[in-house]
Amino acid sequence: MPLDLIDSPDLDAGFREGLWTLNFGPQHPATHTTLRLVLQLDGEMVIGAEPDIGFLHSGFEKLAEVLDYNQYVTIVDRMNYISPMANEIAWHHAVEGLLGIELTPRCKYIRTIFAELMRIHDHLLCTGTCVLDLGGATAFMYAFNEREKIYEICERASGQRFHTGYTRVGGLLYDVTDDWIKMVRDFCKTFPKAYKDFAGLVMKNRIFVERTKGVGVLTKEDAIAGSASGPVARASGVERDLRRDEPYLAYNDLDFDVCCAQGGDCYARFQVRMMEMLESLKIIEQAVENLPSGPVFISGTGKEGLPDKTEVYRSIEGLIHHFENIMPNRQMPSPKESYYGATESPNGELGYYIVSDGDFKAYRARTRPPSLLHFSLFSRMIRGCMLSDVAAVLGSINIIAAELDR
Amino acid sequence: MTAATNMKEVLESKLGGVSLVWSAFRDQNRVAVPASHIAAALQTLRDAGMDQLVDITAVDMLEYPGATDRFEVVYLLLNTTSGERLTVKTHVNEPELKLPSACPVWFGADWLEREVYDMFGIVFEGHPNFKRLLLPDAFESFPLRKDYPVKGRGERHNFPIITRAES
Repeated sequence: MPLDLIDSPDLDAGFREGLWTLNFGPQHPATHTTLRLVLQLDGEMVIGAEPDIGFLHSGFEKLAEVLDYNQYVTIVDRMNYISPMANEIAWHHAVEGLLGIELTPRCKYIRTIFAELMRIHDHLLCTGTCVLDLGGATAFMYAFNEREKIYEICERASGQRFHTGYTRVGGLLYDVTDDWIKMVRDFCKTFPKAYKDFAGLVMKNRIFVERTKGVGVLTKEDAIAGSASGPVARASGVERDLRRDEPYLAYNDLDFDVCCAQGGDCYARFQVRMMEMLESLKIIEQAVENLPSGPVFISGTGKEGLPDKTEVYRSIEGLIHHFENIMPNRQMPSPKESYYGATESPNGELGYYIVSDGDFKAYRARTRPPSLLHFSLFSRMIRGCMLSDVAAVLGSINIIAAELDR
Repeated sequence: MTAATNMKEVLESKLGGVSLVWSAFRDQNRVAVPASHIAAALQTLRDAGMDQLVDITAVDMLEYPGATDRFEVVYLLLNTTSGERLTVKTHVNEPELKLPSACPVWFGADWLEREVYDMFGIVFEGHPNFKRLLLPDAFESFPLRKDYPVKGRGERHNFPIITRAES
């Protein structure tokens, strides 16, 4: 493959003397996961980059056609595994949109808290590894310390630290307990201190700033025409946040700001993520203090929501209810329609386009992965930068190969 | 909703005489455009303010009850200023699995079109760098088609093994 890449037509013919090709990845510490770049170098300057992806392609979208709406949640977890629950929330947001389900207020708030915890979770890793790739190992450790607390919050609610599988159509696997609420409150109390330590190590660190400022610039026009979303687009001055523009879950009741920057470079993306963590914390604090009581599952015909586990094990009605929901020939029908539901995931607009043929499973479920579209902009961002900037740009767009390749 | 009717007027005045099928489901507006006019329709919508292409995907309608066309290609468009969305659908059938590329309109279409080709075998003409995106170049099937089994056809077991000496 590299041979025909050298003949790429957009390389200036007169420039070609003395160029050399560097194979970056698929296994390289700065790629974090498995992806490959074929770089065209003129001395130390990158004049072209051809990403080669697909090493982690696992046919997730094909699996969506054989698993039902509740089962597939275990697969979406594994797409962006840096913020697993954000994927679950996005998937069930789309499914509930298709089925026309309105969640209970308590469920909305719990999902909102988790969505924001996941944003902090993701941004901590992204900013932490971004610094690590540029040589600052200490800040990364500070970030991981906080991530550990979020893992524990996930474990308390769902029984799993990593691949939680926590949401269900119309509700959640389990309701949260009082000690979970206490854990979230404790996190809100301790996080600002940890954030300050982390930010203090990085934000004004001269080496970090010089290696990221003006590097990997994405203009506003390119961000829009190139389908960028989320922090990458907001760092280029595109003022768009689905939480504000197309409010879902409990975001309408909560007060928060949309964080934007103008530079469009790696430092701007880093800044946007740092600011968003504080906004997320603000949202979590509001949501946990105003957490409504009541059921987490919708009621109604009884077909949509799974019954509580204590009911299933202790009463015949509960068992019948559970059976009616789980057996493939008795499940709730879905409209023969197509629906696109999108949420603001930590990485950008994460949407699912679902086509249903009437069953309780998707006829086709397309994931709109933000990583894929951001990585397609990579060759545009890196052109004209130095070889050592590759790590900075890769770190700043937060590519998760499992989501990239699905 | 006022904005959507505006899109309708714009599209209908530009593509006079072409049969456009409008529909809506839970506040999502969709329009089906014949494949022969998709390039003009996308360009018109782009000029009318749909500045972002959110996604391109396809659906194999082989087993869909009541479907008459084989493939449905879906373009999800967004106006980043007003927040308005529109879904544009078009249909293609074998053996003419071809559509004009949307890359000249939004360059973000690049990888999305390559992925649609990779999974469904629909060719986008005029694409600057058209080849498979996720699967190996030597892969012969299109796995998201409905006539492709979930288990696969054993391609993985038959991949050529390259030894270190040969590489």
